Amino acid sequence: MKPPLRPTALIAEDEPLLAAALQGELARAWPELEVLAIVGDGASAVRLALAHKPDVLFFDIRMPGQSGLEAAAELADAWTLQADGGSAFPALVFVTAYDQYAVQAFEAQAMDYLLKPVQASRLQKTVAKLQQVLAGRRQDALPPGAPALDTGLHRTLAQLRQLLGASGGAVAAAPLSVIQASVGNTIHMVPLHEVVYLEAADKYVRVLTPEREYLIRTPLKDLLPQLDDRQFWQVHRATVVRAQAIEVINRDEAGKLWLQLHGRSEKLAVSRLYAHLFKAM
Amino acid sequence: MKIDWLVKLQYFLQTMAFCLSISAIQFAFQPGRPYELPLVYSVCIGACTWAIIDFGRHLLASAIETGWPQGASRLFLPVAGIIGGYFFGTLAGDWWFGWSSWSTEGRSQLPVSILITALAGVAGTYFFYSRTKSSYLETKMSEARRHASEAKLKLLETQLEPHMLFNTLANLRVLIGTDAQRAQTMLDHMIAYLRATLSASRASTHALQAEFDRLRDYLELMAVRMGPRLRYTLDLPADLAAQPVPALLLQPLVENAIKHGLEPKVEGGDITVRAQRAGPSLLLQVIDTGVGLSNDGTAGSGFGLAQVRERLAATYENHASIEIVAEDSVGTAVRIMIPMRK
Repeated sequence: MKPPLRPTALIAEDEPLLAAALQGELARAWPELEVLAIVGDGASAVRLALAHKPDVLFFDIRMPGQSGLEAAAELADAWTLQADGGSAFPALVFVTAYDQYAVQAFEAQAMDYLLKPVQASRLQKTVAKLQQVLAGRRQDALPPGAPALDTGLHRTLAQLRQLLGASGGAVAAAPLSVIQASVGNTIHMVPLHEVVYLEAADKYVRVLTPEREYLIRTPLKDLLPQLDDRQFWQVHRATVVRAQAIEVINRDEAGKLWLQLHGRSEKLAVSRLYAHLFKAM
Repeated sequence: MKIDWLVKLQYFLQTMAFCLSISAIQFAFQPGRPYELPLVYSVCIGACTWAIIDFGRHLLASAIETGWPQGASRLFLPVAGIIGGYFFGTLAGDWWFGWSSWSTEGRSQLPVSILITALAGVAGTYFFYSRTKSSYLETKMSEARRHASEAKLKLLETQLEPHMLFNTLANLRVLIGTDAQRAQTMLDHMIAYLRATLSASRASTHALQAEFDRLRDYLELMAVRMGPRLRYTLDLPADLAAQPVPALLLQPLVENAIKHGLEPKVEGGDITVRAQRAGPSLLLQVIDTGVGLSNDGTAGSGFGLAQVRERLAATYENHASIEIVAEDSVGTAVRIMIPMRK
C-alpha cells in the first residue's frame, strides 16, 4: 500500500494567464493538490503525463497542434495498464471557454468539464468529485495481488470514443465509391473494394491496395464521413481499414492488437480507443 | 411543373365573377333580350380564355421563375388566349342553345361580341398579370431582405465569435486580480474593439490610421491571450495615414492570420500589417508566419475572405486586386492593391 502522497495534477492550457489562474484557483480549492507542470500544447501534455503519471489532468479543448480531446485519446492509448504494473489512468477534466457542442457532448458522456472563466464555486464541485474518485481508487487498490481492472481507463476510452466521434464533421456527406488519386498527370480511379487501408501521413493520406499505393490530399477526417462505417473501420487515429481485408488479429505480450491483412504484408497497430471492435463472437 | 390548384380555383372563380358582371352590363344595355344569352356566352368565352392563358403560361419556359412569360410570348399568350377563348367559347355557347353564331342570321351579333371579348380579355389578363407580378416581386423582396439580415448576422457572429469573447473575458477576470493596470488597458482595447465592430457600417470608409488603430486593439487583446506566442508589427507610414479605406477591411484578414496561421502553431509566430505606396496604388499587406493556408486542418468557411473580396468589388469595382500567397510552414501573405486618393 502506497503512503498517502499528495495528489498531483497536470494543466494543459495554451493561454498563459488562464493557466496561471486555474492553478491559483486550484490552490485555494484544493490546497493539497500539487500541480506538477503547466504545458501549452497537446503533444507536450501527453509527454509529461506519461512521464509524471499525475492523478488529475486539466486539458483545454482548443490548443495548438493537437486538441485536448486528441491529446487525451493519444494518452489513453499510450498509457501502461495497471495489469502490467502501471498506475491508474488520471481523472480527466476538460476546460473550455465556449464550445456549445462540446459542452453538450460532455453532458451526454457525464464527462467532467470546466467553463472559462473558472468560477470558484463550480471548481469546488469538480474538486469534490475528483477527491471522491481518488479516494475510491485508493480503496480499490487495497487488496494486494487482486487483478486491477482499469475501469477508469475503459470508462475514459468509451467517453473519448463518443466525444471524438461527435466532434468530427457531423455533416453526412454523399458516400464515396471510388477514390480519385492523381499520379503525375493522370488520375487513377481506385474502387473502394480494392482499398485495403487508408493511412494519414503528414499532409497526405496514403491509399493502399494489394498492388500499389496512392497519395491523396483529402484529409482523413474529411474522408471518414464519406465511407461506409460498416465496411471501413477506424482502428487508429491515422488508420482506417476495410474490415473484409483483415485476416487475423493478434495480441502481443504488451496487450496491443495487431492486424494482419489480405494482400499486404505490413501489420497495423490498433489503438486502444478502437480495440473494442475486435472481440471474438 | 407544380400547379397550385387552390390558386387556380381562386383565379377561375374570379374569372367567373368577372364574366357575370359583363353579362349583367350587356343585359342592362339590351334589356329586351333574355339574360341567358349574354350569360352563357360570356361564361363560356371567359372560361376558355382563362383556361388557355392560365394553363398555357405553365407550358412556357420563360414563365417558370416569374409566373408570367417573358419576351414575345408575353403578348402572344394573351392574344392567343383571347382568340382561342372567343372561338371555343362561342362554339360551347352555340352548343348550349343549339344554333350557330357563324350562320347568316347569327352573324349580326358577331362584331359586338368580338369587341366585348377583346376588351374584357385585355382587362382580365392585365388584372391577373399585375397580380402575379406583384406577388412575384413581393417574394423576391422578402427573399432579399432575409438574405441581407442573414449576411449581417453572420458578419456579426464572425466578428464577435463567442469563443474569442469568452476567452478574452476569462483573461480579463484573471488580470483584475493580479494586475489591475493591465486589466484596465485590456478593457480599453476591448471597448474600442467592440465599439468599432458593432458600429462599423459596411458602406462607410475611414482613414487608414483608424483602421490600424482598430487592428491594434484586436491584436493587443490577442497578445494578452496568446502571450509570447503572438508578436506583431503594424507598419503605417505617416504620409499614408489619412488615406481612406473601407472600415475594418483588414480585420477579417488579421483574424484569419491568427485563427488559421498562428493558433494551430505550437510555437506561435509573427503578424505584420503593412501599408505602402506602390506607384499610383496603395498596397496593404497582412503577412503571418503561421502554418500556411492548406495546412491548418481547421479549414474555415472562407467567409472572411469572401467578404473582403465583396467589399473591394463594391467600393473600387475592378480597380482593386487581392492576392493570397500561402506557403506550407512558411506562412500566408495577403496583398491588397487599391487606388490611392491624391
